[in-house]
Amino acid sequence: MVIPDASTMPAVESEAQLRALLAGLCGVDAVGAEARAAKLATRSIKRSTKRAALDLAISMVDLTALEGADSPGRIVSLCTKAMRPDPRDPRVPSVAAVCVYADLVAQARTVLGDSSVKVAAVATAFPSGRASLRVKLADVSDALDAGADEVDMVIDRGAFLSGRVGQVFDEIVAVKEVCGRAQLKVILETGELVTYDNVRRASWLAMLGGADFIKTSTGKVVVSATTPVALVMLEAVRDFAESTGHLVGVKVAGGIRNSKDAIHYLVLVNETAGSSWLTPDLFRFGASSLLNDLLMQRLKQQRGAYVRPDEFSGD
Amino acid sequence: MTQHHLANSELGSLDYDPAPESAQIAKLKGAYGLFIDGQFTDPTQHEQFASLNPATEETLVTVAHASAEDVDRAVASARKAYDTVWSKTTGARRAKYLFRIARIIQERSRELAVVETLDNGKPIRESRDVDIPLAAAHFFYYAGWADKLDHAGFGADPRPVGVCGQIIPWNFPLLMAAWKLAPALAAGNTCVLKPAETTPLSALILAEILQQAELPEGVVNIITGDGSTGSALVEHPGVDKIAFTGSTEVGRLIQQRVATTTKRLTLELGGNGANIVFDDAPVDEMIEGIIDGIFFNQGHVCCAGSRLLVQETIADEVLRRLVRRVEQLRVGDPMDKNTDVGAINSAAQLERIKELTAFGESEGATRYTSSCALPDKGYWFAPTVFADVTQSHRIAREEIFGPVLSVLTFRTPEEAVAKANNTNYGLACGVWSEKGSRTLWVAQRLRAGVVWANTYNRFDPTSPFGGVRESGFGREGGRHGLEAYLNV
Repeated sequence: MVIPDASTMPAVESEAQLRALLAGLCGVDAVGAEARAAKLATRSIKRSTKRAALDLAISMVDLTALEGADSPGRIVSLCTKAMRPDPRDPRVPSVAAVCVYADLVAQARTVLGDSSVKVAAVATAFPSGRASLRVKLADVSDALDAGADEVDMVIDRGAFLSGRVGQVFDEIVAVKEVCGRAQLKVILETGELVTYDNVRRASWLAMLGGADFIKTSTGKVVVSATTPVALVMLEAVRDFAESTGHLVGVKVAGGIRNSKDAIHYLVLVNETAGSSWLTPDLFRFGASSLLNDLLMQRLKQQRGAYVRPDEFSGD
Repeated sequence: MTQHHLANSELGSLDYDPAPESAQIAKLKGAYGLFIDGQFTDPTQHEQFASLNPATEETLVTVAHASAEDVDRAVASARKAYDTVWSKTTGARRAKYLFRIARIIQERSRELAVVETLDNGKPIRESRDVDIPLAAAHFFYYAGWADKLDHAGFGADPRPVGVCGQIIPWNFPLLMAAWKLAPALAAGNTCVLKPAETTPLSALILAEILQQAELPEGVVNIITGDGSTGSALVEHPGVDKIAFTGSTEVGRLIQQRVATTTKRLTLELGGNGANIVFDDAPVDEMIEGIIDGIFFNQGHVCCAGSRLLVQETIADEVLRRLVRRVEQLRVGDPMDKNTDVGAINSAAQLERIKELTAFGESEGATRYTSSCALPDKGYWFAPTVFADVTQSHRIAREEIFGPVLSVLTFRTPEEAVAKANNTNYGLACGVWSEKGSRTLWVAQRLRAGVVWANTYNRFDPTSPFGGVRESGFGREGGRHGLEAYLNV
């Protein structure tokens, strides 16, 4: 009923088999999933737990710059901030990665050097995914050649929604192969998949295809990450780990702007997938303005009073 | 038999710091009298008893013990108010008072939540998010009916019953008071309410709220006491109607006492609800529903889903997930906002739970108990699941009224229905399946007042609630709830 009975990654041999496997996943009751996510939002995270959660959240940020107008100067600023989010306080952890388009990877790589901050590149005709596989793979190769550590690919939602799951699977496998040792994040664009059943199936599809992370959104459509969607994806990685032994990460992206929301997501992770996922290796926030709010809240915890937004740089 | 303690699982450790709500918010007085004729008065016998905090065993306040004489005063006050004021008050004006009460409950919701949790032992998250908002919602809902009784389907100008004696249990003290008072007042009755011996406090705060709302004196009288007080109320000749929520045992006694009189009676009694899980259920939400069905309010819920009937093909998988989830429940200080399961309401109830679960083990069921640490003081019982339970086990037949779940299996829908119905009770059941036709097929065949589909323990003032067979008769909530308080 719930998960394929296999002790290792199930080999996908045909589209029919894949389709049967996805259809065999149990459904999601939308009312129940939303109620569960809302209930977990009532957890009260205070004092040392809050301080730890803020630092953990900072370390999980993929600091993102995905505007057409992004200048090289902005990338320099972003990367500098990524390595040392609060220049006055060395105890503030670095963020996990900066996330940029492929053409800015080289710039980011130069600034970040061999720091712990990774360079993540969105690729495969981000954000729509509307290009031939040849173009998508070339996009990935470009990013890797320029020094990207991680690749955030998009799935072909049109293919998924029309039932061509084999095509989506093959593309993920092909991108994964090009990635080699680079981490592959597979963006489901859950705002376009709409139903939680689709989110669960797409999560499994991506994991079977070799995703290191499954990611909610591009941030380029109206609906981005929501907590019930994150809940369903966290259940998927938990079940996948139980079934196959492979731990796949989750990245929530788009619309997460304040610390309260970020901490809410950490509670979801903690109580759904479990504390093993409370690490930047397995959970990320794709965000830009979130970082400043985390820093402000962090300072507020230390000083006991709120601080001005201008205490921190805009980028 | 075997007792499995799960090793510290990989789950659940962001190690939440304590986030306690402040007990000061309750603003409790040292002692409370009886609320009769709009005033707090001393009991005639000057007897007092203590109300404990079940999480600490500390005395919270002392309350008055109402004697038969006090019951008489309360009933006389209710009769006078009925004859001189309330029966002459228009529906629109009655609605005004009910709306006021509802709004003051909302305004004082934080205080009421704290009082409820201190007195009952339930987690503050539940009293804050469920009990108090629902209590206000019931007053709002029935306020709307007060001037529309002509259109409630009971004919033109339906008349009230008169003086109602209402006896409520300790599991949802304020909410049960709201369930009783709101429809009674909307229909034009006056009331004598007796809260449970172990949880009188929120009803006494409600008495303050009634004063604040300037409800005419005597329309509602609230008298505290034990079984003898309730008994005096049931037997009082001046009472026109008894509404009781509580155990089947006491309900049966009340029905015997009332049998030779003209008193009307509604009873909302025990239950032994079945949660039926088919192999196409939405598993993650179903697990949450099972957890909520049995561990909500420490299982002190008459409609608790205390029997899990799971299709054999997925039984192992469901049990594994269930046990993992039970291990994650946060048991402890009810005042902590992150607590999922609080204290057992009384030493007597804890004793009963222990006794019945001991039978579970001696009769051969497999016990899984959460490895959670329990506080040293207070009444506590770790969340427990029994697997390999059969229909003939005592834990499957009797109402445990605690955080204890019995898991049974079935193979076909017919078998599921037969097992679910194989009980003297008939209050509530749940059905979990993504297949609508099967859910409806099963629901039609269940002998229960309430059937939830893909959810459990959902309450709404617009929806009638009540049982069949030994779970009682009469409905509370919705349009149906008016019938119990109208002379129709």
